[in-house]
Amino acid sequence: MTPVRARGSLRRRLLLQLLLVAAILSVALYFTVRALAQQAAETTQDNILIASATAISEAARAERGQILVDVPYSALSMLGSIAEERVFYRVTADDLTVTGYDDLPAPATTVETGNPVFTTTIYRGDEVRIAALPRRLTVGDETVILTVLVAQTRLGLAAVSLQISIAAAAAGVGFFLLSGALSWFATNNAMRPLNRLAQSVERRGPQDLSPVETSAPTELVPLLQSLNTFMARLSASLARTEDFIAEAAHHVRTPLATVRTQSEIAMRSVRKPENKQILREVIRAADESSRSAGQLLDHAMVALRSDNLEKERLNMKDLAQDVIRSISPTADLKDIRITCSGSDRTSAVEGDTILLQNALRNLLDNAVKYSPEDSRIKVEISEADSSVRIDVLDEGRGLGDGDRTHLTERFGRGDNVRDVIGSGLGLTIVDEVVRAHGGSLALTDNPERRGTCASITLPSA
Amino acid sequence: MRVHYLTLGLIGWFLALVTTAQGFVAEEERLFEADNPTAELTILSTADLNIFAPLVEAYQARNPTIAVRYVTASSSELMKALYEEDAQFDIAISSAMDLQTKLVNDGFAQRHVSTETGSLPEWAKWRDRLYAFTQEPAVLVYSKVAFEGLPQPTNRDELIALMRENPDRFDGRVGTYDIRESGAGYLFATQDSRQSESLWRMAEVMGRLDAQLYCCSSKMIKDVTEGRLALAYNVLGSYAAAHLADNPDLGLLQFNDFTTVMLRTVLIPKTAPDPDLAGQFVDFLVSEENRDLIEDLTGLPAIDPGVLQREAAFRPIRLGPGLLVYLDQLKRRTFIRAWLNAMVQP
Repeated sequence: MTPVRARGSLRRRLLLQLLLVAAILSVALYFTVRALAQQAAETTQDNILIASATAISEAARAERGQILVDVPYSALSMLGSIAEERVFYRVTADDLTVTGYDDLPAPATTVETGNPVFTTTIYRGDEVRIAALPRRLTVGDETVILTVLVAQTRLGLAAVSLQISIAAAAAGVGFFLLSGALSWFATNNAMRPLNRLAQSVERRGPQDLSPVETSAPTELVPLLQSLNTFMARLSASLARTEDFIAEAAHHVRTPLATVRTQSEIAMRSVRKPENKQILREVIRAADESSRSAGQLLDHAMVALRSDNLEKERLNMKDLAQDVIRSISPTADLKDIRITCSGSDRTSAVEGDTILLQNALRNLLDNAVKYSPEDSRIKVEISEADSSVRIDVLDEGRGLGDGDRTHLTERFGRGDNVRDVIGSGLGLTIVDEVVRAHGGSLALTDNPERRGTCASITLPSA
Repeated sequence: MRVHYLTLGLIGWFLALVTTAQGFVAEEERLFEADNPTAELTILSTADLNIFAPLVEAYQARNPTIAVRYVTASSSELMKALYEEDAQFDIAISSAMDLQTKLVNDGFAQRHVSTETGSLPEWAKWRDRLYAFTQEPAVLVYSKVAFEGLPQPTNRDELIALMRENPDRFDGRVGTYDIRESGAGYLFATQDSRQSESLWRMAEVMGRLDAQLYCCSSKMIKDVTEGRLALAYNVLGSYAAAHLADNPDLGLLQFNDFTTVMLRTVLIPKTAPDPDLAGQFVDFLVSEENRDLIEDLTGLPAIDPGVLQREAAFRPIRLGPGLLVYLDQLKRRTFIRAWLNAMVQP
């Protein structure tokens, strides 16, 4: 099975995006709060400047052709009431300074609107905010434009806006932390149905092909439906394959059995030795074909089942004895005795009964096939550290001197058995079954006498 | 101004010659020498040398390697020196709060902050540049003989009534500052006008009694002790207190409607050659533990942060842009004209 590579995480992506949104909102909050607070502070200063300028402007009057400005104490003292700022003022009449700081720059004003004009500039080394308030004043026969300028440094404002900035930054950071925590909860909450689905799919057994879940969030419904459809199709496909295998075995084996039976009947009726020989060949070929067909089906079944082992705890000795019992009629034909040795208690493994039976049968089949008449086959079951070992020893022709590695390959056969008909699938099946169970197959020479020793090692339960 | 006029004139003339480069007119100058001096602290002050000398000596006792040059000038000359001539002084001490405020407001003072300046109450400092180290109330100085048989006035209204009802006793024998000449007098008068309308009635009554106008507190006190005046209004209490012991006839009165309190302030000019040394001297003047020392050595009452709680009538003149108002030329002209109209009657 191809392992699925994880590429990114939905959870992380969702969380990151939420955090990004929170960060953007926090920064926006910071700038908004700062701008608003600064504007409020500036408006406050402007309002005081205007109040001061108005007080001075109202104290101006003309007397005997002269402009008199009696600057009220409160006009300037009110500017010192909020912060310790530097204060400047100037009163002009048609651009001529009446009193005050005559170098204080005057912004252009229009008397028609009567509205104050504000500017910010550098004066005497500090940034100052200047309010200019014009009005008309009749002096003798003519009317002059009297403009009152009141200026104040913005050092306190700078300190205030620094404070505001710090507060706004703290608010932004707090907002970000809060929304970060909420994002984390929201993400976990959103991911919960997905996690639950993954867990329920993971938990189910290999044979469980039932529909996954009956209810899910809208977004997961298509996935679940596809998954369930796929499951149903897979289930149907598996059932069809098993049916096909059974059908195929039946359809191949039944005619072959008929051929064999008819040939045996015919053998009794023929007299000529050469005809008998022909029929004997036919019977043997039918036998081999039947066996090969059986093995092909076995192999197909092994391939099918080894992906989804139905493991159960089983005793290897019982299993071996079952197989020996089933094969002994064939062995009896050649007067071959099969013995089984090993402890009854131990030798338990976790495995698929059908597959392991199949493997053992194939080994014994081979042993019977290549053993001479009136010989012995020993099945020895032993237990090592954490494994169970089954040795099948025969007194046959052995493995020969050729390359032994390809014996377990599909359709691979030994060089010394060309004269015996065989499919070359037997050992392949054994090898695949054993591997599927995490074990191994070894083929060696029989240490006691001429012959082969086939050994299966399986992890013990 | 206890120095003889002629002496003063001579000194002034001499110093004017010596310091023509400076332009402003200094009155006295003394170098307090030190053995192996490492630095020289220059002080421009309105306080008389004989008042301030003990304090300078106390400072030198703690800082024996520092020579101190002490120059006195009137408050207007001090202003001229710093505002127009960029004269080089480390310290400027003046009782003209309005001019000191203007110096700070217009950017002629350096910032100085320390734990010592932190011990001052809020009303005794402005913009971390101007620090007050004395609080001197304006009081009424009177002759006990002249007031024989009369009830002692406790506020301005009672004083006004007393003067109105006894013109024979007070005619030609009341004195106050000539606010045209005296910065402190102008300051006191303007503050009076802020506090209540009684100033104008007072000026009216005093004008009718042919009030004598003085340049300075010391001369008013002298005339009261010598019997030429029955009372002097708005005299610096700190000067008067020094004469009480020698003159049993002298009385001193703080009104309970309000008592204007003038603050003597110190600042570090922006042209100070040695601002760090200047800061150290400012700390010496304003520090909490030196307040008793200042009172003992100069006779001037040091800053007392709790005075407002105890003396309900105390009104320290508020440092801040409000003081700039009375420096306005038009304002000043208007105010003085109104005051003269009441005070000098044909």
